[in-house]
Amino acid sequence: MLGFRYSPAIAVGKLLRIALRLRGGGSALPGLVTEFFAPNLLSKVLGQLPRGVILVTGTNGKTTTTKILVELLSAHGLTVISNPSGSNYSRGILSALLGSVDMRGRLDADIAVLEIDEAHAVSFVRVIQPKVSLLLNVMRDQMDRYGEMDRTTQMLHKVAVATRDVLVVNFADPRLGSADFLRDVTARVSGFGISDRLRHLYAVDDELTSEVDEAPAAEAASPATVLEEVGTTSVVSFGGRTHEFQLPLDGFYNQVNGVAAVAACRAVLGDSFEPKRGLAALPSIVPAFGRGETLVVDGEEVQLVLVKNPGGFRVVMAAFEHSNVSTMIALNDNDADGRDVSWIWDVDFSPLGEGVDVVTGTRAHDLRLRLNYDEIPCSVVEPNPARALREFLARNPGERKRIYCTYTAMLAVRRILRLEALGEVA
Amino acid sequence: MTAERVTVLNLYPGHMNVYGDRGNMLTLRRRLEWRGYEVDAVDHHPGDVLPDSPDIVVGGGGQDAAQALVQPDLLEHGARLREWAESGTPMLMVCGLFQLFGHHTYTVAGSALPGLGILDVTTDAGGGRLVGNTVTVSEEFGPLIGFENHAGRTRLGPGVNPLGKVPRGQGNNGTDGLEGAHYKNVIGTYLHGPVLPKNPRLADHLIQVAVDRRFGPTELAPLDDSAVDDARASALARRR
Repeated sequence: MLGFRYSPAIAVGKLLRIALRLRGGGSALPGLVTEFFAPNLLSKVLGQLPRGVILVTGTNGKTTTTKILVELLSAHGLTVISNPSGSNYSRGILSALLGSVDMRGRLDADIAVLEIDEAHAVSFVRVIQPKVSLLLNVMRDQMDRYGEMDRTTQMLHKVAVATRDVLVVNFADPRLGSADFLRDVTARVSGFGISDRLRHLYAVDDELTSEVDEAPAAEAASPATVLEEVGTTSVVSFGGRTHEFQLPLDGFYNQVNGVAAVAACRAVLGDSFEPKRGLAALPSIVPAFGRGETLVVDGEEVQLVLVKNPGGFRVVMAAFEHSNVSTMIALNDNDADGRDVSWIWDVDFSPLGEGVDVVTGTRAHDLRLRLNYDEIPCSVVEPNPARALREFLARNPGERKRIYCTYTAMLAVRRILRLEALGEVA
Repeated sequence: MTAERVTVLNLYPGHMNVYGDRGNMLTLRRRLEWRGYEVDAVDHHPGDVLPDSPDIVVGGGGQDAAQALVQPDLLEHGARLREWAESGTPMLMVCGLFQLFGHHTYTVAGSALPGLGILDVTTDAGGGRLVGNTVTVSEEFGPLIGFENHAGRTRLGPGVNPLGKVPRGQGNNGTDGLEGAHYKNVIGTYLHGPVLPKNPRLADHLIQVAVDRRFGPTELAPLDDSAVDDARASALARRR
């Protein structure tokens, strides 16, 4: 028991959290301040959880997969705490937990499912050993921050080695699925993957640069949880049986995220996993914040799609219909987006061949130049997101609208849309 | 009349392209096509045979491990590449291949990795990556706008000129204020962005040299670069 030792720090953090909420919007500041007064509070709080900590990391899909996993576990009667997207550093996690802990640092929960940034996961696992880790994929992302994909792989390897009970890992990813990656893992390894039939739908990053060059082959044993079919009703197999499920999120990649969450849920619950009960939770899942969510503004349906890197951009474009849809793209180069916008040259924009209505963001002009070189028409260039949105909403009334945005651009666009929104759907 | 054909050789696009350098190839292709040329883009992967006499050669940056992986193949073709460079073939080598066009660079383990020595430069490991928006001022091409991101520290020997000076950014090594290298028509640089889309003067220089060599003195038709000017201005306005 923690007793009252941490009460002052918790009180300060809770007060700050309430104050900042009243001002509008969340912040990592309460966590930062609390951490300053009580540096080991996070590990103490999380250490009490009877079913421990489940860590979700990888380049793409963390937020959506975490959300699905929380639903699967909740369907089994567990009280689950999680961190909202974007707050995946320790101070952000602590900020989120401050809402749920009492003054003695007690948490009324069975288990924590935390999405953690790849680079930060390495220092996180030094303090808190995850019972189960779920490793999604390694793609090129913000190279100015991490340097290289090989480095990201090394970071995830440290997470794999630090995991206590079960390592749930994507065997369809050429880096994570290799025998070399799994070499000194002491936890039990449970793979998830996709059937050979669906393999052509799964984009690995190595194929981005060249059609000739083959990705390193995944050498690991066959995965225990496999996506067999995709559609309105998809099929997953495990334990020698197939199970149908409905996960109403656009895109093949989200069906893979669903199967990753099922694999992690099985790892956590073992024999007490009930397929019917778990999979019944999937049809009511709605897109996570900015990850394909739809807002209604002035009667216009606007879908927000977060794009962080070339691989992610490519898979979301492949997942969507593009005819009769108006398109806007918002590209920022702030720290959280990655300062280097070179990556847009690794995206093949030809799926948007009919044209892009508006480009915006700090690097709107780079986008326009990029589209020029793919010979894709672009109607409006407006770096200011508020003015760009006004133009975009006024064009093609009644037509579905989709906005691809980098992280900070998504936050800005969403804030403006929510101010103007009559209500939200989905 | 059939269109005149220009061959552009792309070195190791599978291994040496982590920072959007694919855009350099695309820029050359479009700027040639928009002027009525037909483009033969030849990708060279380890183990492939080199084409006979390419008009332009480009190469990009890769991860450290990839650099070591392509190096044996590069050295195997060293004699031909040197012959092309000496005879004036225009070449653009960015980041990793810029290093490998020098005398040596280094491996992940820290040992020296021999290069072609076409450019009189050497690269050694340095502490910390040099990262950020950058401007290189070249006498020949004006201000070149890009983004740098490299750990290697490159120094020029007497047999090579710098591409330019760096009023903003770290350049080859963060100390001497120089960026890139220029020898005959071979240009080495750390500029990503990628470099050619936002610096069409440099792109057109490579094209001009290539078509003059292939077809005799040629006047290149001007292109509408208004999108370029806006992109350059907005990149310049961003903090480093």
